[in-house]
Amino acid sequence: MSWARKDLLGIAELSPEEIGLILDTAESFREVAERPIKKVPTLRGRTVINLFFEASTRTRSSFEIAEKRLSADSMNFSASSSALVKGESLIDTAMNLQAMSPDLIVIRHGFPGAPHLLARHLPAGIINAGDGAHEHPTQALLDAATIRRHKGKIEGLKVSIIGDIEHSRVVRSNIHLLTKMGAEVTVAGPYTLMPPGIEALGARVSYSLDEALDGADVVMMLRIQLERQGRMRVPSVKEYFKLFGLQAQHLARANKDVIVMHPGPMNRGVEISSEVADGPYSVILEQVENGVAVRMAVLYLLSGAQGESR
Amino acid sequence: MQGKFEPHSTLMSDAQMRRVIRRMAGEIVERNGGVEGLMLVGIRTRGVPLAERLAAEIERTEEVKLPLGILDITLYRDDLSTIGPQPVVKGSHLPEPVEDRTLVLCDDVLYTGRTVRAALDALLDYGRPRTVELAVLMDHGHRELPIQADVVGSVVQTAEEEVVEVAFEATDGADRVRLLRRVATDSGAES
Repeated sequence: MSWARKDLLGIAELSPEEIGLILDTAESFREVAERPIKKVPTLRGRTVINLFFEASTRTRSSFEIAEKRLSADSMNFSASSSALVKGESLIDTAMNLQAMSPDLIVIRHGFPGAPHLLARHLPAGIINAGDGAHEHPTQALLDAATIRRHKGKIEGLKVSIIGDIEHSRVVRSNIHLLTKMGAEVTVAGPYTLMPPGIEALGARVSYSLDEALDGADVVMMLRIQLERQGRMRVPSVKEYFKLFGLQAQHLARANKDVIVMHPGPMNRGVEISSEVADGPYSVILEQVENGVAVRMAVLYLLSGAQGESR
Repeated sequence: MQGKFEPHSTLMSDAQMRRVIRRMAGEIVERNGGVEGLMLVGIRTRGVPLAERLAAEIERTEEVKLPLGILDITLYRDDLSTIGPQPVVKGSHLPEPVEDRTLVLCDDVLYTGRTVRAALDALLDYGRPRTVELAVLMDHGHRELPIQADVVGSVVQTAEEEVVEVAFEATDGADRVRLLRRVATDSGAES
């Protein structure tokens, strides 16, 4: 099969075959990172704009490295250092960027649907790097790449995602991806961080850490978004750790070859103990490594589809 | 390659192909004065079975198992911006460092030379080999770049509407080289 989409806006609209193609392509790109010269000329002369309306270190630098390794010219715009703080509308910003003829735009925005708006108005290919609590497709893809490398497949696995389900775009993209690929997904967290209706996406809901861990093949811990806790959805960080923080003794309930994942940045001692984060089951740093390969694959595939849809 | 192609004639039978590969293996060893420092590198897709066969032949005569690399040149193609959807990337694997080695690039067919150009660029990103040689089973002309093979199985002059198809037992079920000729279709060029 070949890739035909101009944009990568979310996992929801992708077919299992499209997901498989991205993962297979990413697997091939991993090898570039092992070479003495970690660069291929594939996107020479292409321009990629990284447009970040929300703070991001990991995702933005991961995209940047992926762009550089493919020889694309990349440019960064962040909210704090541009006209975005001077009252310009999103569409106006986008139109101005388009006037510089980029081939691809990577966008992160606090509002769900912002990438979709750009995709409708601009001929450039749009990659969603996180839109509000909606989707974060490349994160779900790198998670899937990591799971596949460890388990050899995704189908039939029991995956538990634990933490702040309500504010997480990672969980939404992951539920879409994992259920499409045949995994059984459980989401768990306190009542106050569980959005109503999440089971409609195809996940089982649990309010107990122990129950969620029972027989799990993959455990994904989500960050408690401390900066959003002004609304105090949990009584205290200490209590949260006691009830939902993943500690070594909990893992006895999971499958014996369980892997522990975290999209980062981690709050040690809040959602995960250091013992687990640095322990033998943790694949957290591998996720980061796979992130570059997955983003290279997405940039590569989208840049081929562009000419087609213009 | 645009259009639909149909077999026109057989250029090499399985027995002929085996003899040609045997001779090519001998030439590789002879021109390098032995097998010291040699590594065979097959270009995906059909360069890989050729490299495997050459390695097997060299192992039979010289009793040395040569390292065997695989090169995917997709990321180095010069036509990525013009061919539409991106071709599938299968990845490269070189079992040993290329520094100071003699690399023998292997491909089934030498045609425009663009694949070999891409392969050379790809190889040089792995380091600085001492020498790179090129071995091809079929050379059918129509070069667009100044590239020639060092070890050639057979040369065939072809017309514009003809292409050479190489099949290997390992990948296609039988050893065979055929000449294909473009057939006229009503719809014109379809890929």
